[in-house]
Amino acid sequence: MRRSRARTAVTATLAAAMAAVTAACGGGSTTNGEGSNDKPKELTYWASNQGTSIAHDKKVLTPELKRFEKQTGIKVKLEVIPWDSLLDRILAATSSGQGPDVLNIGNTWSASLQATGALLPWDKKNMAKVGGADRFTPSALAAAGAPQKDPAALPLYSLAYGLYYNKKMFEDAGIDEPPATWDELVKDGKKLTKGDKYGIAVEGGDPVENAHHAFILGKQHGADFFDSSGKPQFNSDGAVKAVKQYVDLLADNKIAPPGNAEFAKRESVRDFAKGKSAMLLWQAAGTSLKSNGMKPDEYGVAPIPVQAPGSGEKGTRSMVAGINLAVFKNTDNIDGALKFAKFMTSDKEQRTLNAEYGSIPPVKSAQSDKAFDTPDLKVLREVLTTSSAPLPQVPDESKFETLVGNATKDLFADAAAGRKVTTASVKKELTAAQQQMRK
Amino acid sequence: MTTLSPPPGTSRPAPAAQAAGNEPSLPRRRRILPDRLRRAGLPYLLLLPALVLELLIHLGPMAVGVVMSFKELTQQYIRNWGEAPWAGTDNFGIAVDVNAPVGEALLHSFLVTCAFTVLAVSLAWLLGVTAAILMQDSFRGRGVLRALFLTPYALPVYTAVITWSFLLQRDGGMVNHVIHDQLGLTDSEPFWLIGDNSFAALVIVAVWRTWPFAFLILMAALQNIPRELYEAAQVDGAGMLQQIRRITLPSLRPVNQVLVLVLFLWTFNDFNVPYILFGKSAPEAADLISIHIYQASFVTWDFGSGSAMSVLLLLFLLLVTGVYLLATGAGRKRDV
Repeated sequence: MRRSRARTAVTATLAAAMAAVTAACGGGSTTNGEGSNDKPKELTYWASNQGTSIAHDKKVLTPELKRFEKQTGIKVKLEVIPWDSLLDRILAATSSGQGPDVLNIGNTWSASLQATGALLPWDKKNMAKVGGADRFTPSALAAAGAPQKDPAALPLYSLAYGLYYNKKMFEDAGIDEPPATWDELVKDGKKLTKGDKYGIAVEGGDPVENAHHAFILGKQHGADFFDSSGKPQFNSDGAVKAVKQYVDLLADNKIAPPGNAEFAKRESVRDFAKGKSAMLLWQAAGTSLKSNGMKPDEYGVAPIPVQAPGSGEKGTRSMVAGINLAVFKNTDNIDGALKFAKFMTSDKEQRTLNAEYGSIPPVKSAQSDKAFDTPDLKVLREVLTTSSAPLPQVPDESKFETLVGNATKDLFADAAAGRKVTTASVKKELTAAQQQMRK
Repeated sequence: MTTLSPPPGTSRPAPAAQAAGNEPSLPRRRRILPDRLRRAGLPYLLLLPALVLELLIHLGPMAVGVVMSFKELTQQYIRNWGEAPWAGTDNFGIAVDVNAPVGEALLHSFLVTCAFTVLAVSLAWLLGVTAAILMQDSFRGRGVLRALFLTPYALPVYTAVITWSFLLQRDGGMVNHVIHDQLGLTDSEPFWLIGDNSFAALVIVAVWRTWPFAFLILMAALQNIPRELYEAAQVDGAGMLQQIRRITLPSLRPVNQVLVLVLFLWTFNDFNVPYILFGKSAPEAADLISIHIYQASFVTWDFGSGSAMSVLLLLFLLLVTGVYLLATGAGRKRDV
């Protein structure tokens, strides 16, 4: 009797506590708050890792933040977050409501994060506070949220893919100029592949890189990974061709080293810098190449090849890559956050920061600076303005990067293990990826 | 203490006595809190802070997870997930429908995890028990060896596993350097971090990490077996193997029961080792369930579906633990 009564009491306590906890967490009421000015003297800023290391980023940003503090009296707490955990951290901050005031996001996540409703929309009123939408290049602004909606972020650093090639190795192989079409690239690659040297380095184990190349090649084959209503179509003929062509650099053409199939920690940049491979498809690699010991006059940069000379969609040579700056809607310092966004997108900061990171300013008036007239940045800027397309700005974009990127990674693994990669096997992988998108 | 056994004849102010509830002249009080219950209640009272914290830290999130698994919690709702629509058992339906891609992938991952767990736990236990028995007699350098054996367990998991990932790289990794370049065991350099070999790589690293724990626990347990038993066995002419079979292993039984269970739960749920070794997307051959669920929720932003899978995993582990305890418990009783 005594026992059972005690047990009932314990059970009741348990149930009550559980109910209380569930109610407290389930409501999520803390995240409903709109922006306020409760803490006007401080801001928390999450920066993405743009430099060669976290420490490098801190060194670059700290003096700028100090300058902002001098101008406005607002102290900015800086946290630099590595890419592999940035999205997780943002999602956690979104669901808990405990996040930064201002943050960097990869521009391809813009529409996905926009759909969560956590980011402050840059409507006319807010945009006016940073000088108006006209200040930004249209292509960069197109990668800041779904079309027909107010942008969810401001472009901060712009990047584009380019073909980096080793001048000396090209000369030694008797190649006069960088390839303009993929056929030429494969032909040149075969000339360059000798012994333990290879034609091209790929980051085959990195889903995000894979997805970007699938997108660019897809455009060149006239394939979109989402239809106009935002529905996934990962296994169209064009998509299959695109992914197969990319994997074939290692599989069929054998101009990329098999070991590249497991690269996911920027080893391909290192291998290119060390002269193990003669070509590299990368976005603004200048800073990383320098830190790997390659001098700027040792490499050249050309636009990524196309299938056949031509223009329009099929002439796409890059995605609009880059970093956007967003403000969390529930910030405790909305005025300060807007001031900070204005500061970061000001001509002066844009010049300083983009020059330091080797990227291109998405702010038009900041582009006219000697720092951005280097041969490689000139090429990338040209690509960005004339022949780049933003990744699909749909809420499911991040799933595309994961699923198609992983499918490509698996195909690289197959190829590296000596298994044949055929149109059928690519189609099968992409179909499986598509089926994971159940909603 | 005074509340439990007041010395007779002590006079004290009435309110205090009432508050303490021990005034024998108040029959009403006595009916509500009989002496025996009061005495029995004290341990529960003392346990209460721990219980509340346990509820908050462990059971609370678990309950939230169960609630989430019944919701359609995608990116549209994570900001305010009270508003996410109820999905009924949809998330579970999709997770267990093994004929559809999502369920099929989950089943595959589950089977991989089972195979991985059985292999890793048995190898870790075997290594642990062998080393513990061999190190029971004192010899020169025993202390050094013991310390050495425990290093994998003492190292921070990230440091240890990232080192393994360097060792296992195809080009320039030390594993391939030894088995291919120096020993010439393979025709070409195998991949360890992608493709089918990744399963073997995962098992090796997991065993390397967990066996020192088995070793530590078993070594402690061996100290408790009375020496006289072995001496008596020797007098009766039992050899080394017979001593192990008839004395050591039966004496270790209660420890083994707990040890194997703990190892099983740790290994089955292991997230750190595969995540650090393979990154966010594990190769199919080494797609452990914890990583799979992480992918389902974080990478594809579908937290309801991920929670449903977690709940299924929780049920499975509860079932295994229950059956295991019943089975081993019954066996032990028969023995005694």
